Amino acid sequence: MTEVSRRRLLGYSGATLAAGAAAGAGLVSVAQAHEGPSSGNGPVPFFGAHQAGIATPVQDRLHFASFDVVTDDRDRLIRMLKEWTAAGAALTAGHPYGSAAGGLPESPPDDTGEALGLPPARLTLTVGFGPALFGSGGKDRFGVKARRPAPLIDLPHFPGDNLAADRSGGDVCVQACADDPQVAVHAIRNLARIGFGVVAVRWSQLGFGKTSSTTPDQQTPRNMFGFKDGTRNIPGDDHAALDRYVWASAKDGAGWMDGGSYLVARRIRMHIETWDRTSLKEQQDVFGRMKGEGNPYGAPREHDPVPLAKLPADSHVRLAHPDSNGGVRILRRGYSFTDGSDGLGRLDAGLFFIAYQRDPRTQFVTLQNKLAATDHMNEYVQHVGSGIFACPPGIRKGGFWGETLFT
Amino acid sequence: MRPVRPLATASAVFVSFSVLSACGKDDTVSGDGAAVEVTATDSSCEVGAKTGAAGATTFKMTNNGSQVNELEILAPDGKIVSGRENIGPGTGAEVTVSLEAGTYRVLCSAGMTGRGPSQAFTVTGKGKATDPRLDAAVAAYRVYIGAQVDDTLAKTKTFAASVSKGDIAGAKAEFAPSRFGWEAIEPVAESFGDIDPKTDTREADLEKGQKWTGWHQIEKALWKTKSLKGEGPYADDLVRNIETLKVRVGTASITPTSMANGAKELLDEVATGKITGEEDTFSHTDLSDFKANVDGAQKAFELLKPVVQEKDAGLTGDLTDEFAKVQKLLGKYKKGDGYVSYDTVGKAQRKELSDEVNALGEPLSKLAGVVAR
Repeated sequence: MTEVSRRRLLGYSGATLAAGAAAGAGLVSVAQAHEGPSSGNGPVPFFGAHQAGIATPVQDRLHFASFDVVTDDRDRLIRMLKEWTAAGAALTAGHPYGSAAGGLPESPPDDTGEALGLPPARLTLTVGFGPALFGSGGKDRFGVKARRPAPLIDLPHFPGDNLAADRSGGDVCVQACADDPQVAVHAIRNLARIGFGVVAVRWSQLGFGKTSSTTPDQQTPRNMFGFKDGTRNIPGDDHAALDRYVWASAKDGAGWMDGGSYLVARRIRMHIETWDRTSLKEQQDVFGRMKGEGNPYGAPREHDPVPLAKLPADSHVRLAHPDSNGGVRILRRGYSFTDGSDGLGRLDAGLFFIAYQRDPRTQFVTLQNKLAATDHMNEYVQHVGSGIFACPPGIRKGGFWGETLFT
Repeated sequence: MRPVRPLATASAVFVSFSVLSACGKDDTVSGDGAAVEVTATDSSCEVGAKTGAAGATTFKMTNNGSQVNELEILAPDGKIVSGRENIGPGTGAEVTVSLEAGTYRVLCSAGMTGRGPSQAFTVTGKGKATDPRLDAAVAAYRVYIGAQVDDTLAKTKTFAASVSKGDIAGAKAEFAPSRFGWEAIEPVAESFGDIDPKTDTREADLEKGQKWTGWHQIEKALWKTKSLKGEGPYADDLVRNIETLKVRVGTASITPTSMANGAKELLDEVATGKITGEEDTFSHTDLSDFKANVDGAQKAFELLKPVVQEKDAGLTGDLTDEFAKVQKLLGKYKKGDGYVSYDTVGKAQRKELSDEVNALGEPLSKLAGVVAR
């Protein structure tokens, strides 16, 4: 069997469609059987001014991985980032990275192959650099200590945090989002494999059921508490809001981050069983919105302006609302997670919160300080993992992830 | 001891084989990457081609029987060239070998007894001319294997004597060294399908009705039950099996590719059995086996290095670095002549060892391909 391009197999190339041969038609029908009618299975452009996976319409599935860099060799790290870039360009286009099934019989295949025959599934890969990569104390691990951007802080301890070291931190992160979990997992698995000897997986998280939309026409999804989540998120086509709240600018101090963004990830465990035996009234009081329609207290429809004064003072929506925080907004991109049960028979589930912003000091930290102190929801959630990463700007053709930092 | 693969994994692999192996029903395959279908039942072994051309040939077995099966490729003189064990009912496996001209036998072994129905497979023509430096590497590796077997035999005799005398303290000290030579050449030792199950089976891998013998049986007596009563015959049996290995090891089929694959398999052993502490579950001497596996892999690499350097300098550089790093990391755990007990190695340290094994194992898996091309 020759190498299969996932993209070509599904008839995205015009030639295949135009040919209309029996074989081609068969392949297209396979594609239609695989994908739902409304979801886009095609590729998301890999190159551009910003990294894909931030303002891109949110896909259904997530595999997020955080890596430690295990070498001190700067050149080797750069070499790996270049290999990752080549792999990222291939994988997001729906191609295997190198040979998946047609190489030397004596060699393991370059690509692990489990995404052969699958569509690109709108796979995006977004890379970020954690604070530890820049060194600490007198140590400058890769000659970039002086380039650590001021917004890339070490996150403070927030009240109620119960962070596990093996679910927190990391030097490099990769966020893989796709409409097919196998495509997202395949991407992380192959990047991890390419990276062996340079990076080692520190922790990773699978997610499903996006908990926020970044397009206004997507239906607002529900989180594991059964509530609509992300009604007032920054839409991916609101360029003014993105420029103001999401995209870093050279004017912010770190020129290499111009067009990038700062990612904060939090693994938020939800106490599912106690929530489920909480009265509907209390559940709604916690959010300040009705469970069915998603409308805020004091307004009839979901997307109506939120009359803040009508919401309980300690409700989540009231406390997190921009009007309660001097207009601060963030771009949320979180996913639900369920990692089976926790050994006590409780569902190990919650929200893998991901937020993108221009400056975590004034955005995430401000909001989280307020929520950690007074949010009624704290009775039902606990933050158990945490990470912050500087995601560089998009990649130009011929460039590589982190080029602006390392050159 | 190579752990039995879970059937679920094997069947997933099998599905993809059936998709990929849609070759014709010709009687001849063309060598260099060609595939030969082998269909086994509990009592038959059908081979999809009778002849083939010299070079790399892949045998793909489908086990339609009810018992676990084994595929063996036997050289004209009856020695095992290569094979695969633990092919579960309804699953498949493949093995790629480089064959020179001659008449081979393809053997299926239901119940993995090493015997069973077989069919002749004749190879004609010439494969690629061999590089004399690779022949020299194979010859030097044979010398190394001989030395390791001698070492493991001598130390196993000492160990067995202590066991027979009931000297628990002496036997405990001699346990890990007695295994060292064996662990350094494990893939070669395992190529004789009958010796490994008798010498190196772990309690957790026993099949129903299988009599447990070998190192780990005595290990449990030493560290768990703390009595050597009745262990003497097991120790004698272990010595006899290593003596058999010594007699037969000269007949092992070794090629540059099998050396490289063997090096990779040694790292696989580390990654699956030693890192987890499953191998020496009673004695916690896993780091000694770890070191032996790495030494054996490094030896194979060093011997192949001159040729590999020419074909892929980048890979050679990476492997040289990673071997040095893993040896340095292991050095941190040295204690006296041996290593610290693995149950004193914490979670974070095991993670560091595991990361390093991945860092070495991944480029090492590319070695056979570079040697072959």
